[in-house]
Amino acid sequence: MNKEINLSTLIIGYGNPGRQDDGLGPACADRIAELNLAGVTVETNYQLTVEDALELSRFQQVVFIDASLRGGKPFFLQQIEADDECPMSSHVLSPQAVVTLSRTLFSANTEAFLMGIRGYAFDHFEEALSPEAQHNLNQAFDYLASWLQSREKIHGHA
Amino acid sequence: MNLDKPKTRIVEIEPVTRVEGHGKVTIHLDDDNNVAEARLHIVEFRGFERFIRGRLLWEAPVIVQRLCGICPVSHHIAAAKAMDMIVGADVLPPTAEKMRRLMHYGQVMQSNVLHFFHLSSPDLLFGFDAPRGKRNIFNVIKEFPDLAKQGVLMRKYGQEVILHTAGKKIHGTGAIPGGINKNLSLQERDLLLQDIEQMKVWAKGAVDVAKGYTLEHLTQVEKFANFNSSHLSLVREDGALDLYHGGLRATDAAGNIIFDHVDYQDFNDYIMEEVRPWSYMKFPFIKSRGALDGWYRVGPLSRLNNVAFIDTPLANAEHKEFRALTHDKPNHMSLAYHWARMIEVLHCVEKIHELLLDPDLQGADLRVTGERREEGVGVIEAPRGSLFHHYKVDKNDQITYCNLIVSTTHNNNGMNRAVTDVAKKYLGGKKRITEGMLNHVEVAVRAYDPCLSCATHALGQMPLTVELFDADGALIHSNSQHMGQDVPSD
Repeated sequence: MNKEINLSTLIIGYGNPGRQDDGLGPACADRIAELNLAGVTVETNYQLTVEDALELSRFQQVVFIDASLRGGKPFFLQQIEADDECPMSSHVLSPQAVVTLSRTLFSANTEAFLMGIRGYAFDHFEEALSPEAQHNLNQAFDYLASWLQSREKIHGHA
Repeated sequence: MNLDKPKTRIVEIEPVTRVEGHGKVTIHLDDDNNVAEARLHIVEFRGFERFIRGRLLWEAPVIVQRLCGICPVSHHIAAAKAMDMIVGADVLPPTAEKMRRLMHYGQVMQSNVLHFFHLSSPDLLFGFDAPRGKRNIFNVIKEFPDLAKQGVLMRKYGQEVILHTAGKKIHGTGAIPGGINKNLSLQERDLLLQDIEQMKVWAKGAVDVAKGYTLEHLTQVEKFANFNSSHLSLVREDGALDLYHGGLRATDAAGNIIFDHVDYQDFNDYIMEEVRPWSYMKFPFIKSRGALDGWYRVGPLSRLNNVAFIDTPLANAEHKEFRALTHDKPNHMSLAYHWARMIEVLHCVEKIHELLLDPDLQGADLRVTGERREEGVGVIEAPRGSLFHHYKVDKNDQITYCNLIVSTTHNNNGMNRAVTDVAKKYLGGKKRITEGMLNHVEVAVRAYDPCLSCATHALGQMPLTVELFDADGALIHSNSQHMGQDVPSD
């Protein structure tokens, strides 16, 4: 279980694509993966897990992408810090809690960002985004792709 | 006790902060502030059973993983087992069954580890009465960093087992109707073998923590949500613990057999589901005992009560010690779930090791079919308990019927009894509810680790509703409180 370090950027898109707009995170991450950006590793999952803390410790920066019920439209991107006041359960784990675990247990110094993409429909089993969420996804993807490439230049991987 | 009498007051609280969102507990007080009953309310999504109608049978093991972000592999395997029946695959090739077993042991191991190390350990290590600010995982990290790190690394190991058996860490496609779509390469086997001895040491250590807590606090454990119930689980033909396959066994509170080695294809002849007006969840019960007395519990505690032995040496030794505590009679203590859960982790690690050394995993015979049927049931012992998948398909292979009974549903009545028991002991007769009292209710719910809303976790979601009713049952206040995180305002 040796850990490699300095692999640049990890993207974690999370949410349940079977629950309509809850799939925004994985959908955006999948589109970023298709770009094959140098130094960018993309993961998707239903939700965050404690072992993400180990994974992100291998990277210089991490971007969590999730659907958002509230917050700026069409999306927001903000830097986040460790927060040991965050609630945590076997079912709910916040990005801040993952960052806290990573810093505390694995001495990570990973810069962490959270992108929230505004969604609207979450109540039914359906593997499709609402039209409004699709619109927001397009804008979030364009911004993130551009942002990643500009940051990659700063980090010297592009 | 008549809960509908007009002078019963209802106070709703939010005690389930480390369980998960869509749940609340209502405590029903009488005029003297004594607890009449407590109820755990869970919003259960039933829409899936409609959603899957019309889909093709071979899609089911993949689609059902959308149900739950915590146990996707459990649903994957249960659906595949049901579809085995429909494609006539009554006996799988050894490679297929052993690959599925390996996948399942990896899943149970990682799920139980997460529950124990990161959800329940703060209660056990710091005590129920510790302030909420201290009783959390971050303080476990500070004061017991090695234990916290072990939890993460054991979870990761379980996920690696899933990756190499299901093909992906999530949304795996490994189990298919009639078998499996990949074997385990020697390279994958060797990779997993590298850390198996370490996992065994840590699993044994986890058993020691859970056992140590139980025995050192036995007075409290025996007093806390310890109530008689029946227990249901799969058991192997020889009575051994088997998390993947077996017949259904139900035992009563004294340990007497109610039914045994029942083919789960016929579960409807033995288990019924009751609907109650105040809950979205159904209440299953053993048909022969009736709705009032036929309720039962499932999960690690029930499994270790029901089985005669465990077929791996380290876990079997622990099982003997576990059973000795109650003189080979059923253990009904809710807090003993934790000890049982860790014995199962040790068993899973031993089974993973055993399977990794089995050359059948490199076999090429991966799938079988037989006489086509139109109906099938798949049952496995998921981390939280028995998981039932029941499907019917038409001659075009399209699903026409689906009914799932998940572990949390099986445990619905038991959890309500646990909450009521604790509320009566710790809240009764008090004029106000203190944080310490709430902690006890929370700990009772957590022992069962109910799966509450099946993986919709958008930022800013408001999963908890707190409502207050007056003596006539009228809603006088409602408040929602999100347990997620702050997001920028609009």
